[in-house]
Amino acid sequence: MAILELRNVDKFFDDFVAVDRVSLSIEEGEFFTIVGPSGSGKTTMIRMLVGMDKPTNGQILLRGEAINDVPANLRPTCMVFQSLALFPHMTVGGNVEYSMKCKGVPKPERRRRALHFLSVAHLPESYYDKPVTQCSGGERQRVAIARALAFDPEILFFDEPLSAIDYRLRKVLERELKDIQRATGKTFVYITHSLEEAMVMSDRIAVMRKGRIAQIGTPNEIYRSPNSHFVSEFMGEVNSFKVRPEKAGSLVDVESGRAIIVEPDAAPAGFKAGVLVVRPEDMLMGRQIPAGAACILKGRIVNEYVLGSRVQYQVRSGESLYLVEKIRATEDAEGIGSDVEIGWRPGDARVFDEPLQ
Amino acid sequence: MTDRSFDATVGTSATPDERTGRGAGLLRPWLGRLPRNAGFWSAMPLSLLLLFGFFGPLVLVVLYSFMPRGSFSPIGWPTLENYRDIVEQNFYISFGWSLLMAIVAAVLLLLVAYPLAVAMVRLAGKKADIYTILIVAPLFVAENIRLQGWSLFFDKSGFLDGAMESLFGVGTGSLVGNIPIVIFGLVYVYLPFMLFPLILGLTNVPGDAREAASDLGATRFQVFRDIELPLAAPGVLIGTLLCFVLSLGAVSEAKFLGKGAVIPIVQDIDSAFTFGQNWPRGSALSVLLILIAAAAVVVVMRRVDIDRMFTRR
Repeated sequence: MAILELRNVDKFFDDFVAVDRVSLSIEEGEFFTIVGPSGSGKTTMIRMLVGMDKPTNGQILLRGEAINDVPANLRPTCMVFQSLALFPHMTVGGNVEYSMKCKGVPKPERRRRALHFLSVAHLPESYYDKPVTQCSGGERQRVAIARALAFDPEILFFDEPLSAIDYRLRKVLERELKDIQRATGKTFVYITHSLEEAMVMSDRIAVMRKGRIAQIGTPNEIYRSPNSHFVSEFMGEVNSFKVRPEKAGSLVDVESGRAIIVEPDAAPAGFKAGVLVVRPEDMLMGRQIPAGAACILKGRIVNEYVLGSRVQYQVRSGESLYLVEKIRATEDAEGIGSDVEIGWRPGDARVFDEPLQ
Repeated sequence: MTDRSFDATVGTSATPDERTGRGAGLLRPWLGRLPRNAGFWSAMPLSLLLLFGFFGPLVLVVLYSFMPRGSFSPIGWPTLENYRDIVEQNFYISFGWSLLMAIVAAVLLLLVAYPLAVAMVRLAGKKADIYTILIVAPLFVAENIRLQGWSLFFDKSGFLDGAMESLFGVGTGSLVGNIPIVIFGLVYVYLPFMLFPLILGLTNVPGDAREAASDLGATRFQVFRDIELPLAAPGVLIGTLLCFVLSLGAVSEAKFLGKGAVIPIVQDIDSAFTFGQNWPRGSALSVLLILIAAAAVVVVMRRVDIDRMFTRR
């Protein structure tokens, strides 16, 4: 049985619909991430899940029991805040033990367990007596996690806690968080606007858009088989073409009039107009283009972005710009200003039904 | 140093001017020895004012307090007889009442103002401004006039008595001329002095810390005791201190509402200087009052150590 289930949950603020008929279920021991651009309703979602807001309609069920009206302090769940919300007047130990203090656990026992959770969160035991105000950003993060774990929650919620941390430390903490989740076997529900964070840590991802769930799936499913133009764009850079159907197995690019070969079942039934997307890493350049490519565009490299092990080329063809990604330092190294041909295999493109503007 | 600068001013005044190529005449080498930072000069007007307007009189008062009874000169053979008189002539009773009333008023103010401060901090923008204006507005009217107003309200045949009499046939009689009404006056007059430090203190309590505590299973009382109160403590302590010290030095409330039911220490000091023409006695009483107030300030300010506030439980 799902540990947490939402059934047709709505949240209105006056006339504004923040969350619109959301249904989903989260499995025990899962690392579940809700991802979406700002304003997509994800913070409202987590506030309802934690118990700081009540849904306008619908039900939230914890292990099958409705908990809509149970306030946050009576729920067996706990949240790590975006701001961390550490208690500035307490020591690291005081913060971590606070939930046990509220329950009336005796002091020595509290201390013993707090020390345990400090080590789970990769903090030295000597930090027990350190004032939180003297901890660095990463250490505060770990204190917040230890404090939430010490509450021994059924579900741990995270509201973008890593958003204010610099890139390298964030990468370290993402891994640690995933390790902690695996080691403790707790259910983690994580909210973020960062696709990268979602991909690295999650077992499953729900993509939110305008208060609705656009797609739910594993990171791979969502990246490989997005179900809409929005999701495909949100999950990474894409090359988009506005297309209309021409004949079986072929579409026409509205802007250039060029024919694009697609797989027979690529376009949905009754397709009138829409968008065809190809990921930069599926784009081919020059001699890589096989016979039977979907289409071949002639263009000129106008920019080159080095992404560590990979390189992205920005190619101008006609009025449009396209992104082509290659493994770095393969056979031929094209440079800015070279004339190139780009294309892709028909099987690598995805077509979404969508009215054209 | 002084000698050399004097020499430079008088004897070789031309030399520094020639060296630097610009000059301020005779004063130049002299000025060069004074601090050049802006802080020193910016602080000068206030420093002078405090030196002559605050520190000077304080020294005079202390000196007078050791002079013989009825003396009008601060210079003479020191004696402790004024302090002995305070004990022997029962002045400690006034001290006791003033202290008691100040403590009770400060505690009552804390109880009254705390919920109000919480409400005002949580109120959004405009509404809070309106309440602030309403609370501050009476400060623009002289304290004595406001207290006289309350006196007319509570006195026999006053507003309250008259209204009760005509409406229900049972008057309240005179409600002035007792100690509780004096404390009421203190609470009324010093409310803003408690309220605004409290608001300041409560603004320092992050809303999400309260939410986090509640999320960790704290009851509302636990959130108040463990999170809100400790984080707002600087405001609580400063407000209480301010109200205590002000109430200790208050005299109008006893005059207008107490009608002589209680004599606060400040009235004793006043009459020693005026009616009694005994400056040394007034000075000795003042010194004791200053010591009590200073002790309260020291005790509180040691606790409002910002470092400790934010690091210890």
